[in-house]
Amino acid sequence: MANTILVRANADGGSTVVQALIRHPMDSGFVKDKSGKLIPPHYIEVLEFAHNGTVVLTALWGPAVSKDPFIKFSFKGGKKGDTLSISWIDNKGLKDSRTAAIM
Amino acid sequence: MKRLLILLLAALLLRPALAAERVDPAADLKAFQTYFHARFPHVPPADFVNGPYAMDAGMRAQWQQIMQFPPYQFALDHGKELFAAAFPNGHHYADCLPHGGIGIAQNYPRFDPKTGRVVTLEIALNRCRVVNGLKKLKLTTGDMDDLMAYLTDRSHGRPVAVVVPDDPRARAAYERGKEYFYARRGQLNFSCASCHMQGAGRHLRGDVLAPALGLIASFPIYRSAWGSMGTVVRRFIGCNKQVRAVPQRADSEDYRDLEYFLAYMSDGLPVAGPGARP
Repeated sequence: MANTILVRANADGGSTVVQALIRHPMDSGFVKDKSGKLIPPHYIEVLEFAHNGTVVLTALWGPAVSKDPFIKFSFKGGKKGDTLSISWIDNKGLKDSRTAAIM
Repeated sequence: MKRLLILLLAALLLRPALAAERVDPAADLKAFQTYFHARFPHVPPADFVNGPYAMDAGMRAQWQQIMQFPPYQFALDHGKELFAAAFPNGHHYADCLPHGGIGIAQNYPRFDPKTGRVVTLEIALNRCRVVNGLKKLKLTTGDMDDLMAYLTDRSHGRPVAVVVPDDPRARAAYERGKEYFYARRGQLNFSCASCHMQGAGRHLRGDVLAPALGLIASFPIYRSAWGSMGTVVRRFIGCNKQVRAVPQRADSEDYRDLEYFLAYMSDGLPVAGPGARP
């Protein structure tokens, strides 16, 4: 899956606030479609944010997270111009990643 | 008995004439907007398009947080692609619409004198598809709302400019829409006005009810309750179900006329689509 991540990171004093919106169906595996068949589980398992190569957040997600998840967090450090990279992998082995500059 | 029958007949014959004199959309518009301005004097006129966020400060704060990452962003991007893509026969949506479809959303719904019916922008897009050999899109959600997200975004900020021309069929459609809005329906016996006029600004369980003024100016919307995007018609169907009335077909005349009435009542307010709602 490509181009599923929208991200914005703002450096504020000594810390950086990161917001990201990820397009993913996050199917739990419990929902049935119109014909009555179960929609197979398809959800992000691991999400990682790294700042200048150092991992700042690892999220272990699962079927409880809803479709098109939004995440917002802050970490100590980071200044304008630094690189923030985001990557995720789901239970089907699909992945996507993206880098963005901190503003 | 005979006198009674004659009186009844006379009353029936006189009714259509009286009804035609009573249809005055411009007067209705003035009264409608004046009502809401008087009821909510601290809400700037253009802010009515923000519905519940104009009514409640707490909701507005949450909305502003959400809007840092508009939940309709994916739909908007996809809609842009869909609109630009060519049909198998080489034509485009732009070929069917005035100004290539850009900056026209504020003029819809419009009355089509050829068919004598109200045409919403969604229906115009479907007509374009059919003329070019494609199947119609679902009117409620999916590619249609993505297209609408893009087209309303291209009209963002433009004042709603829906017109009820001096054509008896147009005035009749407007009047039907108005009657639909004020008529009670469903097991719960509510009209649209029950919630969006009487209940405007009040709580309905966890929601704050939006005023009818500007109500559809922010459509299509990403509705958190749906977890997806939807058009005005999707909401009409939902509202019908919520008062336990049987919903109609998405392309029904009732829904077209209702959208016509609601959009006309918001004339002058800025198009605020696509929107985000709880």
